[in-house]
Amino acid sequence: MKNLPLLFFGIFFVLAFSWTGLILSSVIQYGDLKPIAMEEGGVPQPQARVGVAQQGKLVYISQGCIYCHSQQVRRKGFGADWERGWGNRQSVPRDYILQERVLLGTSRTGPDLMTIGERQPSADWHHQHLYNPQFTSPGSIMPPFRYLYRTQKIGDAPSPNALKIPDTFPEEKPEPGYEIVPTERAEQLVAYMLSLKLNYELPESRNAE
Amino acid sequence: MSPFLSFFNKIDPQVETKPKVALSEVDHEMRLPVLLFTISGILWLLIGTFFAIVASFKMHSPELLANFEPLTFGRVRSAHLNAMTYGWANNAVFAVGLWIMARLCKAHIRYASMLIIAGVFWNIGVTIGIIGILTGGLTSVEWLEMPPQVGPLLAFSYVLIGMWGILMFRFRERGHVYVSQWYILGALFWFPWLYVVAITMIFLEPARGTIQALTNWWFGHNVLGLWYTPMGLAAIYYLLPKVLGRPIYSYYLSLLGFWSLALFYNWAGVHHLIGGPIPVWLISAGIVASVMMVIPVVVTAINHHMSAVGNARAVWQSPTLRFIVFGAMSYTLASFFGSWMALRSVNVVTHFTQFTIGHAHHGVYAFFTMTMFGGIYFMMPRILEREWPSAMLIKVHFWCAAIGIGMMLVALHVGGWIQGMDLNNPDIPFFSPDSSARTILGALKPWLFSRSISGILLTIAHIAFFVNFALMLIGPRAVRYKEGPTLLAAERKGA
Repeated sequence: MKNLPLLFFGIFFVLAFSWTGLILSSVIQYGDLKPIAMEEGGVPQPQARVGVAQQGKLVYISQGCIYCHSQQVRRKGFGADWERGWGNRQSVPRDYILQERVLLGTSRTGPDLMTIGERQPSADWHHQHLYNPQFTSPGSIMPPFRYLYRTQKIGDAPSPNALKIPDTFPEEKPEPGYEIVPTERAEQLVAYMLSLKLNYELPESRNAE
Repeated sequence: MSPFLSFFNKIDPQVETKPKVALSEVDHEMRLPVLLFTISGILWLLIGTFFAIVASFKMHSPELLANFEPLTFGRVRSAHLNAMTYGWANNAVFAVGLWIMARLCKAHIRYASMLIIAGVFWNIGVTIGIIGILTGGLTSVEWLEMPPQVGPLLAFSYVLIGMWGILMFRFRERGHVYVSQWYILGALFWFPWLYVVAITMIFLEPARGTIQALTNWWFGHNVLGLWYTPMGLAAIYYLLPKVLGRPIYSYYLSLLGFWSLALFYNWAGVHHLIGGPIPVWLISAGIVASVMMVIPVVVTAINHHMSAVGNARAVWQSPTLRFIVFGAMSYTLASFFGSWMALRSVNVVTHFTQFTIGHAHHGVYAFFTMTMFGGIYFMMPRILEREWPSAMLIKVHFWCAAIGIGMMLVALHVGGWIQGMDLNNPDIPFFSPDSSARTILGALKPWLFSRSISGILLTIAHIAFFVNFALMLIGPRAVRYKEGPTLLAAERKGA
């Protein structure tokens, strides 16, 4: 090739073209979506996640949970997201607008977590599951997160949040006089799990069915 | 002539005044940067392999090293990906790609110190990044897992390297610009841009909602499409005719292949979001672009095949060609799979499964990494002026890599397909207390296990490569005076 202006221009053009088409056009198309209320005076949705649950999202990010768990519900008829009970409506762009980091995920070695807070509302269940997934989910290949828990000597009375270890796992029980309690990070992570819900409607969420 | 065009024409020197520069002079002047990049790359390859083995075994044996937080699955698989991508693959690209560029420009090397600085900063950046991932700075953004703080350091090194490539091109010997140079120029320009836009729109000034995901996959797919693929193809286009001693089959096919790749690959990344919460027209555009990728792939495959056809023996004998031809064939196959996987009816099965992981290794390992191995086998004797010490170690490297990656691809594609069919059948649970019940994970585990076995073969391959390279670098002087190149099969009598 001897036509260098064409080569340089072409190299520049192709990337500018895709960036404009995919990203700039999206910013223009839906970059200014705002929370919206279904009826006048209603609570605008979605709402920002705050406090302990938001801290738990940082734990979720730093443990790399996204590499096995997605957070998106696909439309009915495309895959089995609905039949598996992962949500009763498809997730839409507006659901994610207040998240500083979007964790859609591309792998489902484990189930989708978009609505896990509705499906598993028990904090105890989540703590047991995180400590050793085999307690609640025999046959799971999820890694145990025991390091988010610590063993301590029982004080005057057992802690209310001490982990309930099933009797079928005697080797996981602490020594007599000791108990296993969640660290702050485990509490945050479980708060995040419980906050994952899709229990509101948006104008476009029904249309999209 | 307009001022705009004359600006570009200045890049093309019109008068030939300098004496010709011999390739051996180029090789000699590139010695230090090439060695820096190659040694770093091979060390990262070993580190990345270690992380890979840990991650792979953890997938079927979750109790392995379970109480050691830095090696929890999410972190160690990210450390693997980033060590391989930014450590091994990028250093290999810098070594092989820049060296080919320098040779094709046939000019004295200027500003080699730019490369040394960039290389040192690059590897410091990646080291900090990997440590960051393991200690909890993981970002959970695919292909950009390193803590955003290292971004500026890496971007700086990228820009230095890109600038060096363009300067090299500016001072080249006048005349025809070869196809490898188009690809390398494109890649050197594209990648810093992609990287800077991605870290800006995801970390520094996060885009709203799922636009982040679009940016993420525009970047993630283009790491392969506009960085590794052009560099890999540039290496094949350079080495295939070089070793065989015959020209590329068709100039026009190279032209068509280059421009169609540049145009379509860019848009294809959206297929990672099929079914996801983004505008449907974008997904359709991504699918169309993915299918159109058949054009550059077929064109390039014909061009490579017609250039090599009838030289089976030479291909078998030359370490370089064995790896390169394996890489070129994998490129064709992986790309066909990629186009097919983008179809909605196929994607509904393969998305979210190990099939995608298999496809990623098909592209990055079977095509790109094998091609870079071939490039290093050709390049190092010329840089070091000595031959590869052991043909046996090259054979071990080739066969363990070829069989290992072949086995991994079968395991992940078949296992992933079964996983996808199971995921779409709501009657099959992920796991079950009843060990005889049909479950998704139960059906997947044997395939994950065979992937770990394939990983052991790849580890052997990489160790053989490392040992051979180390012996070449520091081995006895006798090696230097070995006569003729190291070949893998006996010369035919009378040839």
